[in-house]
Amino acid sequence: MEIREELKYVKSHEWVKEEDGVAVIGLTDYAQSELGDLVFVNLPEEGDEVKVGEAFGDVESVKAVSDVYSPVSGVVCEINERLLDEPEYINEAPYDAWFIKVKDITEKEELLSGAEYEAFVESEKE
Amino acid sequence: MLIFEKSRPGRGCSMLPACDVEETRLPQEDQRQKALHLPEIAEGDLSRHYSELARKSHGVNDGFYPLGSCTMKYNPKINEAAAALPGFTGIHPLQPEHTVQGCLEVLDKAEKYLCAITGMDRMVFQPAAGAHGEFTGLLLIRAYHESRGDTRRTKILVPDSAHGTNPASAVMAGYKVVSVPSDADGCVDLEKLKEAADEETAGIMLTNPNTLGIFEKHILEITEIIHECGGLCYYDGANLNAVMGTVRPGDMGFDVVHLNLHKTFSTPHGGGGPGSGPVGCKELLAEFLPSVLVEKDEHYYMKKPEHSIGEMKSFYGNFLVVVRALSYLMTLGKEGIPEAGRNAVLNANYMMNGLKDIFPAAYGKSCMHEFVISLADLKKKTGISAMDIAKGLLDNGIHPPTMYFPLIVDEALMIEPTETESRETLDEALEVFHNLYRQALEYPDQLHRAPVTTPVTRLDEVEAARHPVLRWHFDE
Repeated sequence: MEIREELKYVKSHEWVKEEDGVAVIGLTDYAQSELGDLVFVNLPEEGDEVKVGEAFGDVESVKAVSDVYSPVSGVVCEINERLLDEPEYINEAPYDAWFIKVKDITEKEELLSGAEYEAFVESEKE
Repeated sequence: MLIFEKSRPGRGCSMLPACDVEETRLPQEDQRQKALHLPEIAEGDLSRHYSELARKSHGVNDGFYPLGSCTMKYNPKINEAAAALPGFTGIHPLQPEHTVQGCLEVLDKAEKYLCAITGMDRMVFQPAAGAHGEFTGLLLIRAYHESRGDTRRTKILVPDSAHGTNPASAVMAGYKVVSVPSDADGCVDLEKLKEAADEETAGIMLTNPNTLGIFEKHILEITEIIHECGGLCYYDGANLNAVMGTVRPGDMGFDVVHLNLHKTFSTPHGGGGPGSGPVGCKELLAEFLPSVLVEKDEHYYMKKPEHSIGEMKSFYGNFLVVVRALSYLMTLGKEGIPEAGRNAVLNANYMMNGLKDIFPAAYGKSCMHEFVISLADLKKKTGISAMDIAKGLLDNGIHPPTMYFPLIVDEALMIEPTETESRETLDEALEVFHNLYRQALEYPDQLHRAPVTTPVTRLDEVEAARHPVLRWHFDE
């Protein structure tokens, strides 16, 4: 399981990177390995509002469909269209395969550091 | 090989004499530009084509089919005999009522019997499947709240063990889904339910017994909590087989239900059925029902409910499926229906008990009509997953159980034997499970390669899902 120190994490297994007031959001390596090969991705549209702790999209594996939750509240300013045609990119490079970028952030979930997220995943495995 | 690949120009099997009346054609602008792509094939080759497809498939006539939540029970042949009667097959949906009195009597009788089993007041047969019935039921709930000017209700509560179709239907009906967690026993967590139920709650969707095969003991409390906040209770009939004729959803506090005639009432399920998902409701929702209600004074007649939500499907739904279900109901009768349910529960417990040393159930010491095992430990120990065991079952002539569902159980297999399997069949299946378990410990590589005896071996499901080929392309 790869965890990058420069990123922040939430317990619903998304990572966040903040760049000049814009939050870049994706799915962690642990999440993609648990879900298995992804075959389909649903993303919001630019201009859509997202809310802390609420689903903004979903990913589908051969086994199941799972929601992807937003760690911040704000407005979607960019989506990663590559994922729509190439969901396998999330499996191959989870930390490059960002889902959405969010601006006008009004609220943030409690974000975990890499070490804290790692400890959380370990405790969930028990 | 597809039938289109077997097609040869000029071949066919129609032996109609030449037309001896003047042909009438559509106006030029409405005529086809190109001929339809219909396969051209001789009758003998056509017969062989479909026999070959039948050999490649697995149905309840081929072997054990313990597909959890689907109630793959045997479909008695007497149902087919009834549905093939010319009085049922030779009718048209627009025929005058007085010429189809027998058909209306079928709908009336089926409605009365199924209302007696569910504790509902009225039922219509238009929805063609379970999820179609769910959607219909939710539209009824929506119509009810709207008729009272109660527009705040935007949420539907759904337990986290629910069938995936429940949240999907709620979203289709314009609702927001609020997931209610299960407690340690696999039942609805009452405290969490109380927190979620409020003046924005339009209703709850529940199956009972639930997806884990466990009867919700607190069902009366659950429906009361919802009613107290002004919501309505929807019963998903997917698991009715366990309790039919014993407990009625209406008495549990439910206001609206759907049934799956293709599960509980022995009509064909595999291969697309066709299905039938009748929706029943208490009097308070009857004015909103879709389709028509059959009434009787001197004769049977049809009446549109006053504030009907409209049509969910053309005409009366899959009518011949209702004929089959009625045939089943009348064959089993008042004693046979609950007995079938009890035997379904007995068979499931027999299997659960026979598997407990190798594959313990995820929840509960006993079950209703089905149970869920977790193969998480086996996977950790041997690398053999629920998928591998499912594929191994195929090599033994058994249709796999439902896999990876419900989502709250890791490496889940959900087993529903149904009442129509003999003890010998269950014993054979148990032996197969035990053999596969030993194989997982001793020769896991073999199991990773299963199935090897089927027409196709392990398929690339990921590639199929990512790049599905959904149609045949003709050489133009």
